[in-house]
Amino acid sequence: MKRLWLVLVLLAAAAPVRAAEPLVADLSKHLVAITTGFAGTDVLLFGAIEEVDGGKSGDVVVVVRGPNKTETLRRKDRTAGIWINSGIAKVDNAPSFYQVASTRPLDQLASPAILGRHQIGLDHLDLDIRVKDTGADQGQYRQALLRLNQKKGLYGDKVLDIGMLSQRLFRTDVHFPANVPVGVYMVEVYLMAGGQVVSAQTTPLVVSKIGVGADVFDFAHHQAAIYGIIAILLAALAGWLAAVVFKKA
Amino acid sequence: MGQGAEGMQIYLPIAEMSVNVFVILGLGGGVGFMSGLFGVGGGFLMTPLLIFLGVPPTVAVGTEANQIVASSVSGVLAHWRRGNVDIKMGLILTLGGFIGSTLGVYLFRWLRGLGQIDLVISLCYIIFLGIVGSLMLVESIQALMASKRNGGAVPVRKKHQHSWMHGLPFKMRFRRSQLYISAVVPAVIGLFVGILAALMGVGGGFIMVPAMIYLLGMPTAVVVGTSLFQIIFVTANATFLQSTMNHTVDVVLALLLLLGGVIGAQIGARFGVKLKGEQLRSLLALMVLGVCVKLLFDMVTVPGELFAAGTGGKH
Repeated sequence: MKRLWLVLVLLAAAAPVRAAEPLVADLSKHLVAITTGFAGTDVLLFGAIEEVDGGKSGDVVVVVRGPNKTETLRRKDRTAGIWINSGIAKVDNAPSFYQVASTRPLDQLASPAILGRHQIGLDHLDLDIRVKDTGADQGQYRQALLRLNQKKGLYGDKVLDIGMLSQRLFRTDVHFPANVPVGVYMVEVYLMAGGQVVSAQTTPLVVSKIGVGADVFDFAHHQAAIYGIIAILLAALAGWLAAVVFKKA
Repeated sequence: MGQGAEGMQIYLPIAEMSVNVFVILGLGGGVGFMSGLFGVGGGFLMTPLLIFLGVPPTVAVGTEANQIVASSVSGVLAHWRRGNVDIKMGLILTLGGFIGSTLGVYLFRWLRGLGQIDLVISLCYIIFLGIVGSLMLVESIQALMASKRNGGAVPVRKKHQHSWMHGLPFKMRFRRSQLYISAVVPAVIGLFVGILAALMGVGGGFIMVPAMIYLLGMPTAVVVGTSLFQIIFVTANATFLQSTMNHTVDVVLALLLLLGGVIGAQIGARFGVKLKGEQLRSLLALMVLGVCVKLLFDMVTVPGELFAAGTGGKH
């Protein structure tokens, strides 16, 4: 009897509860490796949704969020004819990367309150901006932060499209540019229907430096003195070699 | 950025950005060519160019200090063989330079915290490139006109001018330079140039050389070799401090730059032999003034983007 229970429990744990899971999604890879030749990469996100009651399927929204970091924004102003940094703002919880993909425009899917609760869309990001500037307000700093990150390719310019296949399967490509910050990213997949979030799933994605570049970075930060001495010796050796080689030539 | 040339991209571990290998090699080669042609270090060109490329200013300054160690070692050997290095003078300058570059790196860190480092770097460039460029241009044009008039005879400068400097203590004899002056003067010059070198990411040769000729009265033959000799130690000190305090020395970037740089410098030196000294100096003066005007222009015109981001709270 005890053994039968154990088998049942194991079975239940092993087999996904197929009918009750309205949303399944996964990534083509869970690690973005920044190697020496890294020039940006695409990650494919794919999955399937169950039919919501009534036979009408819902919409899918994907949010890719990089780890939060503290950003310092500075604003230039003209002083005595030259442009000098005069204002400053600190943003503590700005995501280092932010992309949204959706099957339909966000405003058709849910109310701003719902989007705000899940921080879906650049307009609904909850940013804590502390401004020390008499010449610009929080709104201007917020717009500047979004604009600067969009220019670097770290925040999406627009909501990307999600392709649907037979109302059930979906896929989208997320591009990570060469300057992508490292850390643990969260890929949030939402199933929306009737203006509500019906189901959600979060998958982590690790962006990490791998190989020689990573070793150099670690060494430079943890063994800074030895790194500095090696840098000097390398340069001196290279300079000496160059002089010797070209003297013979 | 072009997407077709992905195979040539290399990720710079400290700058934390991906660059095209050939762009960096070409940049090193181009600036190396100039430095070989004109006999200058080229730091004052390389650092602004790296910043234009998108390398963070702090990394550009730290890495350039590292690269100048290589180009100075390479350059000083030829002067050393000919005996054109005044070691005693070089050591006094280095003493001042060590203190100066240490102060400079601390000043750099402090200004970075205030958010004014970019402004100070630009202002230093505008002021010193402006002064040195104008002086060089005037001097070389006068020399060009004089050589046309008297068929090549260059007016001889008066030696051993007596001034307030000769009243200072710690007098020393510098045999190679044929000088008997107070050690305080070269030490102070070394200190001042050391601060600028650390702040601007340059060797400081373009200030050191005129200072040695006009302030110390050293003979021109030993000026370049002695300047390069002390630059090695001052930039080595700056490299070490930038590595340990600011973590802003990118070895990969430095190696790529100096690979292009040494080849460019050799080609440039061969071209340089074919040109006359005054012509070279006037060309260099124009280039120095060009960089100065560009930086000044950027400072006074309305920027396209008034806001800039930097990561805070990182140690």
